[in-house]
Amino acid sequence: MKLSRREALVLAIGSVAAAAIPMTAYAAVEEAIATFTGGAAVGDAGVTLTAPEIAENGNTVPVSVSAPGATSILIVAAGNPTPGVCQFNFGEAAGAQAASTRMRLATTQDVIAIAKMADGSFARASSEVKVTIGGCGG
Amino acid sequence: MISRREFLQASVAASAIVGVSGIGNWSRLAAQQRLTQDQLLQFDTFGNVTLVHITDIHAHLKPIWFREPDTNIGVGEVKGLPPHITGLDFIREFDLTEGSPEAYALTHSDFTALAKTYGRMGGMDRVATVVNAIRADRPEAILLDGGDTWHGSMTSLITKGQDVVDVMNRLGVEAMTSHWEWTFGTERVQEIVDGLPFPFLGQNIFDAEWDEPAFDPYTFFERGGVKIAVIGQAFPYMPIANPGWKFPEYSFGIRDGRMQEMVDEVRAEGAELVVVLSHNGFDVDRKMASRVTGIDVILTGHTHDAIPEPVLVGETILIASGSHGKFVSRVDLDVRDGRMMGFRHKLIPIFSDVIAPDPEMASLIDEGRAPYKDQLEEVIGKTESLLYRRGNFNGTWDDLICDAMLSERDAEIVMSPGVRWGASLLPGDDITREDIHSVTSMTYGECYRTEMTGEFLNVILEDVADNLFNPDPYYQQGGDMVRVGGMGFHIDVSQAMGSRISNMTLLKTGEPIDPARNYVVAGWASVNEGTEGPQIWDVVESHIRKIGTVKLEPNSSVKVTGV
Repeated sequence: MKLSRREALVLAIGSVAAAAIPMTAYAAVEEAIATFTGGAAVGDAGVTLTAPEIAENGNTVPVSVSAPGATSILIVAAGNPTPGVCQFNFGEAAGAQAASTRMRLATTQDVIAIAKMADGSFARASSEVKVTIGGCGG
Repeated sequence: MISRREFLQASVAASAIVGVSGIGNWSRLAAQQRLTQDQLLQFDTFGNVTLVHITDIHAHLKPIWFREPDTNIGVGEVKGLPPHITGLDFIREFDLTEGSPEAYALTHSDFTALAKTYGRMGGMDRVATVVNAIRADRPEAILLDGGDTWHGSMTSLITKGQDVVDVMNRLGVEAMTSHWEWTFGTERVQEIVDGLPFPFLGQNIFDAEWDEPAFDPYTFFERGGVKIAVIGQAFPYMPIANPGWKFPEYSFGIRDGRMQEMVDEVRAEGAELVVVLSHNGFDVDRKMASRVTGIDVILTGHTHDAIPEPVLVGETILIASGSHGKFVSRVDLDVRDGRMMGFRHKLIPIFSDVIAPDPEMASLIDEGRAPYKDQLEEVIGKTESLLYRRGNFNGTWDDLICDAMLSERDAEIVMSPGVRWGASLLPGDDITREDIHSVTSMTYGECYRTEMTGEFLNVILEDVADNLFNPDPYYQQGGDMVRVGGMGFHIDVSQAMGSRISNMTLLKTGEPIDPARNYVVAGWASVNEGTEGPQIWDVVESHIRKIGTVKLEPNSSVKVTGV
């Protein structure tokens, strides 16, 4: 079987996120990423996403992205009712292609970062962030 | 050159306790005669650096009974690996002899009989004797405390940790990291830290507002001609597992990316030996060791595991030194040409009847207790059953606490936290107020009474189960399954979150839990601010006074599968 780039992308996202996400949200994630990439292939090297494994407070979860040489970075919270979090654009004079923000996460989910490089290629990183009710630590 | 694994084998053989065998049929006196302090301390000094590690004493300054777990399930890649082996499997894995002092110290097998033979364990006055002996042998030995030190007793609660701080300062600790320390609140932690004669390390403690490092990440030692870096790693899930509102200024997390940066930084500054003093928990440390390069030794903590051999992950050795003052680890290292060439390790069991108490430390401890002695030692009742907690599911102490809440708080269902601290009591023992505090003491012990739907009870069980049985250690918080009274359930530990719990049953009627119905629920140790209710130790004391003698039936309300 030979997959088109587009199909491969959809499968790759689906394999990590589909189980936990209703189809409407899943479609929204797909759409947000496709809008950003224009359907181009997405590699897996070149972008670093730093997020906590377990959120200390789901209402304000810190996340950092870094992608040397990127012109913009998209952050998507795959399990939120509205998955789009933000898009950072870097001008030519930017000293570093890195940024940090905080986001609200509705539930345990994957956070995805897609970087658009200067040469027009794309790179992706994702990280599962667990949102828990807590308590009972030993 | 000898490989690390061969070296380990040789050193374990060399450090094994000699001269004891048989299955618990000696009198205490005989055991004392055959097991000597010299044997426990025997160590062929090795290399040029000595680390001494103690962790998770939970403020237990006096000798105690402490039964190790009968159930410690490992999931995913760590299934069946230490520390996820117990009882006879543990005895076989480490080539111990059933009924031996080591088997008594390290497993639950035949606990009551062996306890009577070998006596209580721990006691910081005995630990002082061991530390002093190691320092006499290797004056430049570095003493490191892995945290969970200031919390866990009635005296530590009353003095806000001061009695333990005094003891650890006298012992000569040279660096520590933290977990339950934070439950005293930011102000008290800062007050104590300001007065500590050693650094309070945590590369993963950040200012919550600005997300910037808030405490020293590491400290250096020059010992035996070697430059040694000790990097601290506090418990990563502080604000989740414990009440974050008591220390809202700080954020934690594993932050293994920064750990790598710190390792690289200390190496660049000339560290020839890199030690991580960690409160991650064993499985988290095992994973971190596989992701961060350049760490020679991780002194693990949090999950209370006592493992008689170091566990190797790549070029890193992991040391697990138990809890409650039961053990002290001595690790001798040969560091040459900027790298660790070999090691020799011994997990020293603190048999309180064999190791002489250090007189100075003994009097310091007794001075700390003196103002509260009558309160501490007041007998509340008696137990006919062995009372213990440690294990993935309900222990007998938990059953007693749950019974107390069911009865005293008139609840249908009760929940008690799956913490791993608290000493054991033998059948026939008196239960003192101090004993109750050993398993309940905390700064948020209010026993709430509320209503919850069956559905929410399921959410809680699933959530806690995933904190324990998520196959990725980075998503585990340590601790054990929440203890439940008044309700039974089945748990398949091999399933994913949301699918592990089934057959929730109200024990009083035998009826299935109705997701839509409200149940009257009592519990304690809520992480929510503003929780109201009597303190849990008062609830338990009142219950024990009414029943007089504790006698518990075996608890079969939790059925575990998927192991």
